[in-house]
Amino acid sequence: MQSIENGNALNGAGTQTFVPKIVAFCCNWCSYAGADLAGSSRLAYPASVKIIRVPCSCRVNPTFVLKAFQQGADGVILCGCHPGDCHYVTGNYYTRRRMALLFSFLDYLGIERDRMRVEWVSAAEGARFSQVMNDFVSKVTALGENRKIADIRCKGASGGEDVAGGNNDD
Amino acid sequence: MTDLYNACLSRAQELLKSGEVSRVVGWKKGEFCFDVSPAYFESAEELNEFTYDYFCGANLSKYLVQIAKKEGKSAVFLKPCDTYSFNELVKEHRVPREKIHVIAVECRGKADIKKAESVAGEGVLGINETDDVNLLEIKTRSGKTQTERRNILLTKCLSCKGKKHVAADEKIILKEPIETGSDRFAGVEKLEAMTAEQRFAFWKSELSRCIRCNACRNVCPACTCVKCVFDNPESGVAAKANDTSFEEQLFHVIRAFHVAGRCTDCGECTRVCPQGIPLHLLNRKFIKDIDTKYGEFQAGEEAEGKTPLTSFKEDDGQ
Repeated sequence: MQSIENGNALNGAGTQTFVPKIVAFCCNWCSYAGADLAGSSRLAYPASVKIIRVPCSCRVNPTFVLKAFQQGADGVILCGCHPGDCHYVTGNYYTRRRMALLFSFLDYLGIERDRMRVEWVSAAEGARFSQVMNDFVSKVTALGENRKIADIRCKGASGGEDVAGGNNDD
Repeated sequence: MTDLYNACLSRAQELLKSGEVSRVVGWKKGEFCFDVSPAYFESAEELNEFTYDYFCGANLSKYLVQIAKKEGKSAVFLKPCDTYSFNELVKEHRVPREKIHVIAVECRGKADIKKAESVAGEGVLGINETDDVNLLEIKTRSGKTQTERRNILLTKCLSCKGKKHVAADEKIILKEPIETGSDRFAGVEKLEAMTAEQRFAFWKSELSRCIRCNACRNVCPACTCVKCVFDNPESGVAAKANDTSFEEQLFHVIRAFHVAGRCTDCGECTRVCPQGIPLHLLNRKFIKDIDTKYGEFQAGEEAEGKTPLTSFKEDDGQ
């Protein structure tokens, strides 16, 4: 697995390759432990996935997702315990409804649906964590930079128009 | 309309005179027939300014949040769609039900002055019913014009929820109700059928016109937080930068999400928008998604119970 530095890495030919910034909200009890297990099992996932630990997936207010996009994230993923396994019994059931509505709504506004995702990853699923992240990063890489919803004032000098990777229709 | 106006006026006078209520919440005449504004009346003399006609589109239920804090009982005129908002406010404990006397009032659709002017020209002096229920007569300085009822109704009335009052202590209904509504999700479906790029282009062109006047938030009966998230100067969203980025759309995403599951689709946001942005299409997307994913739900139908976002089923889809 090729290691990927944060930001836009230079490849051998000296041209920039697009590396998406990913924000991953992980619940403390399942997915964060799953990420730990992925690490201790030496299962790679891209370094551009930035994990934010939350007590429960339902701690994630929809505005957190919007804020992440606004400040330059190219993809946002929420990871929680499998339905029925929530440490707080019902938290992830609320997350499921909330995010289903939010993602459908952002899709309605024309934001690519593949930029956002909810996945259930338990503490025992280190391999799944790595696989989910790799899959998500490759999907977002294919979509290219998030330009639609990002606040241009939050874009660094490197995040300008010259970055490779176009937007897909649908 | 004058029969209905007289019935409302005399009932308001009666209620105030008997001391049954301390004030009546209704609509007040303006300088022109179309600049009617919500108001409350505390004496029979004040009621001289009361009106109820085709320009009383304003939903009075939100005003009750403040008015109910005053001493004594308040009577309020509510049209069928307004009663849904009222129920929602009662459900959320924003309005104490026992302090309000609801007068459910007849509504046959309310007029949009911009549409009326485009049909009949400027200088509108009033709108009257005709013998034909499908036709309305617009009186202007230069004469009278008859037009189809649907041509001049407010956008919200074109997808009317029905003529049933879901909250009422008494009713003033003189004439047979007529249907003005049609398929309310047609607009949402049209957008859903487009590609993501087309939708983005549509919303960018609509929402970049937003001047962040906050009228949609201020009028919304579901937006009753004492301290609103948008009133926080630290948040960086209190002002609008003059660019065409998505920034303004986030305001509308957050606003629409805050009322998701509680929005009764009263259509006030679209009615008050000075820029003519079809904001109801945002709220209706949530309503449609809730209906299809979690079962039919009409906010405000009941004055108690849980909303779709404060409840769940174990077998919900993702």
